[in-house]
Amino acid sequence: MKLKLKIWRQEGPSSPGKFVDYDMDHVSPDMSFLEMLDVLNVGLVKKGETPVEFDHDCREGICGSCALMINGNAHGPETGTATCQLHMRRFKDGDSVIIEPWRAKAFPVIKDLATDRTAFDRIMAAGGFISTNTGNAPEANSILIGHDTAESAMDSAACIGCGACVAACKNSSAMLFVSAKVSHLAQLPQGHPERAKRVRGMVTQMDNEGFGNCSNTGACEAACPKEIKLENITRLNREMVRAVFKD
Amino acid sequence: MLDSKIPSGSIEKKWTERKFENKLVNPANRRKHTIIVVGTGLAGASAAASLAEQGYKVKVFTYHESPRRAHSIAAQGGINAAKNYQNDGDSVQRLFYDTIKGGDYRAREANVYRLAEVSVNIIDQCVAQGVPFAREYGGTLTNRSFGGTQVSRTFYAKGQTGQQLLLGAYSGLMRQVAEKTVELFSRHEMLDLIIRDGKARGIVTRNLVNGDITSHTGDAVLLATGGYGNVFFLSTNAKASNTTAAWRAYKRGAYMANPCFTQIHPTCIPVSGEHQSKLTLMSESLRNDGRVWVPQKTGDNRNALEIPEEERDYFLERMYPAFGNLVPRDVASRAAKRMCDEGRGVGSSKLAVYLDFAESINRMGEAKVREKYGNLFQMYEKITDENPYKVPMRIFPAVHYVMGGLWVDYDLMSNIPGLFVLGEANFSDHGANRLGASALMQGLADGYFIAPYSVGNYIGLQKLAAIKSDDDSVKATTQAVKDRLEGFKKIKGNQSAETLHRKLGKIMWDHCGMARNEKGLKEAISQIKTLKEEFWNTLWVPQNDHCLSSEIEKAGRVADFIELGELMCLDALERKESCGGHFREEMQTPEGETLRDDANFSHVAAWEFMGDKPKLHKEALTFEFAHIAQRNYK
Ligand SMILES: Cc1cc2nc3c(=O)[nH]c(=O)nc-3n(C[C@H](O)[C@H](O)[C@H](O)COP(=O)(O)OP(=O)(O)OC[C@H]3O[C@@H](n4cnc5c(N)ncnc54)[C@H](O)[C@@H]3O)c2cc1C
Ligand code: SF4
Ligand code: FES
Repeated sequence: MKLKLKIWRQEGPSSPGKFVDYDMDHVSPDMSFLEMLDVLNVGLVKKGETPVEFDHDCREGICGSCALMINGNAHGPETGTATCQLHMRRFKDGDSVIIEPWRAKAFPVIKDLATDRTAFDRIMAAGGFISTNTGNAPEANSILIGHDTAESAMDSAACIGCGACVAACKNSSAMLFVSAKVSHLAQLPQGHPERAKRVRGMVTQMDNEGFGNCSNTGACEAACPKEIKLENITRLNREMVRAVFKD
Repeated sequence: MLDSKIPSGSIEKKWTERKFENKLVNPANRRKHTIIVVGTGLAGASAAASLAEQGYKVKVFTYHESPRRAHSIAAQGGINAAKNYQNDGDSVQRLFYDTIKGGDYRAREANVYRLAEVSVNIIDQCVAQGVPFAREYGGTLTNRSFGGTQVSRTFYAKGQTGQQLLLGAYSGLMRQVAEKTVELFSRHEMLDLIIRDGKARGIVTRNLVNGDITSHTGDAVLLATGGYGNVFFLSTNAKASNTTAAWRAYKRGAYMANPCFTQIHPTCIPVSGEHQSKLTLMSESLRNDGRVWVPQKTGDNRNALEIPEEERDYFLERMYPAFGNLVPRDVASRAAKRMCDEGRGVGSSKLAVYLDFAESINRMGEAKVREKYGNLFQMYEKITDENPYKVPMRIFPAVHYVMGGLWVDYDLMSNIPGLFVLGEANFSDHGANRLGASALMQGLADGYFIAPYSVGNYIGLQKLAAIKSDDDSVKATTQAVKDRLEGFKKIKGNQSAETLHRKLGKIMWDHCGMARNEKGLKEAISQIKTLKEEFWNTLWVPQNDHCLSSEIEKAGRVADFIELGELMCLDALERKESCGGHFREEMQTPEGETLRDDANFSHVAAWEFMGDKPKLHKEALTFEFAHIAQRNYK
């Protein structure tokens, strides 16, 4: 099939960017979206033009590198899918496809479609851990955790840190990301000793990084490739209240 | 002969002995020592966090945007440990024995024993960090089985075990970043190793965002840079996984051990077309409940559901009744290949076999199957557009892991003093074939429980002079990196590194893949030499290297892959026996199984860079504790 691509090109963090049109001929429905961009890039190199930069690595929806806004949808039209898992069979011959980077103040563009999401690392450093040094862990089965609690903590922990929640949110809020980590650890007994400090640290850092406030639109949940649920945000809010009363 | 510095004494006591013999560094002095860690996968992140906790000054490098994106994140199935929670007869000794046997007696006994020994501590450590392993209703940890074993010792977190373990190690690392004991350099690629007075003293990196080339010095360098399976272009590895850090160290004198030992994983989604950029693994855990089959008749074009039970050949169950679908990976892969060679492959390419869940869905219900494997089934459906709850999966072997890597001694130090190698990047524990769920175990064993001891001992024994940024060794190595980059820019050809990489991959898969022979390997070596010339005459990279540029990154990696590919073929040619994943067609039993030659090849082949003619060093493998035998899974 044939496609008309409109891709955001930007040379560097401080250069202005613009859309550039590319026509793709022979796109196979079995290709992944990123393989379609690979084909575009090999063609650009043949012509001596600079290929389009985009982040990707695992190409199986787990590393959280890939991050494209496709026709206005974070990670494209399919639910529960990272960009790298999107296949061209979801598009029709003759479609126009607009491809942009995540747009958020806290995620500056590095080049073309690649952005800097290290703000997430700094939020994690502000409390997204359990303070335990190597070597002093107790026997694993001495901590009992019910099956359903473990499964629920796992569902929160499944976040891949891609930032689609931020990109999809009109306020560029990082609440879904932060709440996923807070509720993963708050649901487990090992996470309890530091729960107040953790939630305060992470939320403060989130604000300092320039992410916006959460106004409960739910756009984040809809865009999330790992289907992280809004109930995590409810849990975060509860943790915040708890933390205030602890003071 | 190479000296692996294995402690004397009985195998159960060696590690305890070594820990006791080790020199200690006074806590107040540790701060004065800088340790450079390259890589933030399981091995690198765990080592960096643990060393920082001990008080060392740690600098960590990754080409990824964030440490959490390292390829370990993609591991699906699980991690082994000899906890014997299932009361099914497991023990340190059994895990040790399974690993040695699974590796077809080509691993170092003392290392493997230690790995089995510390495996139990890993689970404790991860649980303490909050890793949400699967649990029983009573609250205890649960297990599943993996190939090559008859006990249930694999711990898992849905189909995302690697993700959860890495996020645990990453959280420990970020805690140290916050404490300022670790300085993190993300989007930085190591492009060379600095050696002074024969010791590893630093690295040269390129900042991938702005192209700056800088040097970083310290007292020891740890490479935890992962495996090089992408030498085949198509593999289950992440796209950026590469050999550059290891290969640059090799070119500076570190030995490369058993480079031809590659693991071809039996259960991957088959190739669908020319555009294919990578292959996707379907975790081995699926073989717990899935049954592998092909039609009995050759050229049977009916779809799977139309083929009646009695016309199916569950070939693994037929050929290996004792282990059935859970034979080790090399055995399962070769059997699948044989079925396809016989003309009984399925799907449009005929290069696939079925992995069927109908029976388990009947037995335990779709909901239970979904709980165990939901994300894998979903991944399969996204790629193939077929519903595996309804029709059997189509699978085919693909390159997955490399057992080969930089040579290290018992203390995980290479032959270059001060250069330690951890995780998949070293060659140490898996012999000629790795058992499932053992790479995560090894990466974390190396990082949490071994390197922190051996690096401390090394530091304790040294009197290292300070090294300044204008030292001759630093200047010369930095200049070499700059010259090499300029070299790529000067070519001004018209092929992308990726195009050349695909060509290399085809040569490697055709001649150094699941089956190898003398004629093919010689042919491959000559083709690779031609490809190398083509690379240096036709490569195109952008002239501006002061910005993010995947073409420049790939150019360096592919140049190194080409050289490594040649060494792999040479190593495969020299090893005139079949063992584990290394199947030399000339050496097989009448039933088509691997035929080892213990009299001549019970050694590690460690290659030293010597220009065009690498030199072979050998480390003899002796088995005092494990009884050496022909592997038998029947
Ligand atoms: C799809 C898949 C599933 C798997 N499932 C399992 C499983 O279920 N169980 C199991 O035990 N094993 C599994 N494995 C194998 C296992 O995941 C890997 O062997 C293991 O995670 C490797 O960890 P590592 O820390 O050695 O390296 P990696 O995780 O690959 O990390 C390498 C690190 O080094 C960095 N790096 C590399 N080169 C440079 C450089 N030049 N400069 C700077 N940084 C550099 C990278 O940025 C990265 O941070 C699986 C593998 C794959 C491909
Ligand atoms: S919550 Fe979802 S969208 Fe947000 S970073 Fe995590 S995985 Fe991505
Ligand atoms: S490339 Fe890893 S999640 Fe998409």
